[in-house]
Amino acid sequence: MKILNNAGHKIFLVILFFMTLSGFSQMPIFKRYYIADIPGLGWLAQFYVTHMIHYIFAGLLIGFAAYMVLDSVFNKTGFKKISRTGYIKIWIIAGLMITGLVLVVKNLSGIYMGHSMIIFLDISHLFLCVLFLMVSLYSLIFKKPWQAD
Amino acid sequence: MTSGISRRAFLKTSAVTAGSLVASGTLISKNSELKAAQPASEEPLVTLIDISKCIGCEACVEACREVNADQFPDPEKPFPKMYPTSTVPVEDWSDKTDVTDRLTPYNWLFIQQAQVMLDGDNVELNIPRRCMHCENPPCVKLCPWGALKQETNGLSRIDPDLCLGGAKCKTVCPWEIPQRQTGVGLYLDILPAFAGNGVMYKCNRCYQRLEKGQVPACIEVCPENVQIIGPRTQILEQAHALAKEMNGYIYGETENGGTHTIYVSPVPFDQLNQGIDTGKGKPHFQKVKNMMADGTLLAKAMIIAPFAGLFAAFGKYYLASREDKK
Ligand code: HEM
Ligand code: SF4
Ligand code: SF4
Ligand code: SF4
Repeated sequence: MKILNNAGHKIFLVILFFMTLSGFSQMPIFKRYYIADIPGLGWLAQFYVTHMIHYIFAGLLIGFAAYMVLDSVFNKTGFKKISRTGYIKIWIIAGLMITGLVLVVKNLSGIYMGHSMIIFLDISHLFLCVLFLMVSLYSLIFKKPWQAD
Repeated sequence: MTSGISRRAFLKTSAVTAGSLVASGTLISKNSELKAAQPASEEPLVTLIDISKCIGCEACVEACREVNADQFPDPEKPFPKMYPTSTVPVEDWSDKTDVTDRLTPYNWLFIQQAQVMLDGDNVELNIPRRCMHCENPPCVKLCPWGALKQETNGLSRIDPDLCLGGAKCKTVCPWEIPQRQTGVGLYLDILPAFAGNGVMYKCNRCYQRLEKGQVPACIEVCPENVQIIGPRTQILEQAHALAKEMNGYIYGETENGGTHTIYVSPVPFDQLNQGIDTGKGKPHFQKVKNMMADGTLLAKAMIIAPFAGLFAAFGKYYLASREDKK
């Protein structure tokens, strides 16, 4: 049995795609490098829009993760089938979710964090995202699927 | 020139604090009182600006420039080339440090003139303008790199050693307060050609003076006692009493979800807004919605997300087990 059917896998990819895109657009780079000038991509330079998108997909990702965890408990076999790169990616996503959620808390009114805390969170969040992209690229090139057979 | 202002500032301190402000009761302006008020109240400090009192003498502007002079940028020239040149503006104020009619990296406070009608007369009002020190400041919260921070006393500030000059704080600020100087700061040590563009500057509400229990310089030197500073509840009470007294209007209490700067004006703010020059470095007086509110709402929605996921998985399992029984 597969841990995730095709539709589920596609949803997961879409969530991660938009999280990465809206994540990188938190930094003022898309306007500088003309990407926001591409017709249809102007929103990438609108910080409040990309902020909302990142938040919406974060909610979806959290829901998805909760689903996967409980589903694999019911399946019993679930977690045992995950490949090594799969495990690495899961831990990276968990790290992204934890650092991301603390950043969300930081953004609430009345929460005061110092520079070192915010910088630590931002850098580890960004580092984990880049790491995720690299591991994903590796597993794409060397054909390492999520599920070990 | 510098020492002249210092002396004036010094003289004023003793005069002002001993005089009218203290006489009017709860106002927190004397240094020792500020110190006493701060630890006692967990509340952030708020400034109250009485627009009707300001005579536009710019003593505050001079004082701000003086006490913060050591924090002003000292850019290295020529600036490293930044790519792509068409989307990265070079913003250089180092030859225009004497500009005082707008916000610049060297001028964090300016006096905005408004031509308005008051009781049938054409009058000119003077309005000190600077960072509002928002309750939930988008500049601080949305900096992707943590170069800004908000302190528990309510002020927000940019660390010039950390800022990379991408100007996101200015873009997300409803008043576009922070101002950029190219050719200074951390970005020079990283990849100056491809990332960053200097350092952003704005009023930091004299954090270094507040730490010592002193009031901000602009408050201290003002000959007309235009501004006062104190705990939020107290200042809000005062602001509403003042507004009632002059039949006036309040700005900053609800703008952007609330700020730590409250303006009281004898004319409505939409009229004031029409009577001022707005534009680059010259903030407006429009209504501003709470910029962080949508994010806060979505953050709350995130609490529901895991339950929705668990519910979906449980539902799937339940349906499957019923199928099995059949
Ligand atoms: C539950 C999941 C997540 C949450 C709650 C979250 C939240 C956030 C927040 C609040 C920020 C803005 C930083 C700030 O406020 O200063 C941010 C930035 C960012 N996010 Fe996420 N995030 C999540 C997952 C992800 C994922 C899965 C990726 C990519 C695979 C990602 C990539 C980024 C990037 C590249 C940035 C910009 C760099 C930075 O500020 O660190 N995030 N995220
Ligand atoms: S010092 Fe006082 S009166 Fe003079 S311009 Fe500033 S706020 Fe107005
Ligand atoms: S007025 Fe602008 S710069 Fe000042 S705290 Fe608010 S968002 Fe930040
Ligand atoms: S509080 Fe300090 S930094 Fe801000 S305008 Fe007044 S003098 Fe300038």
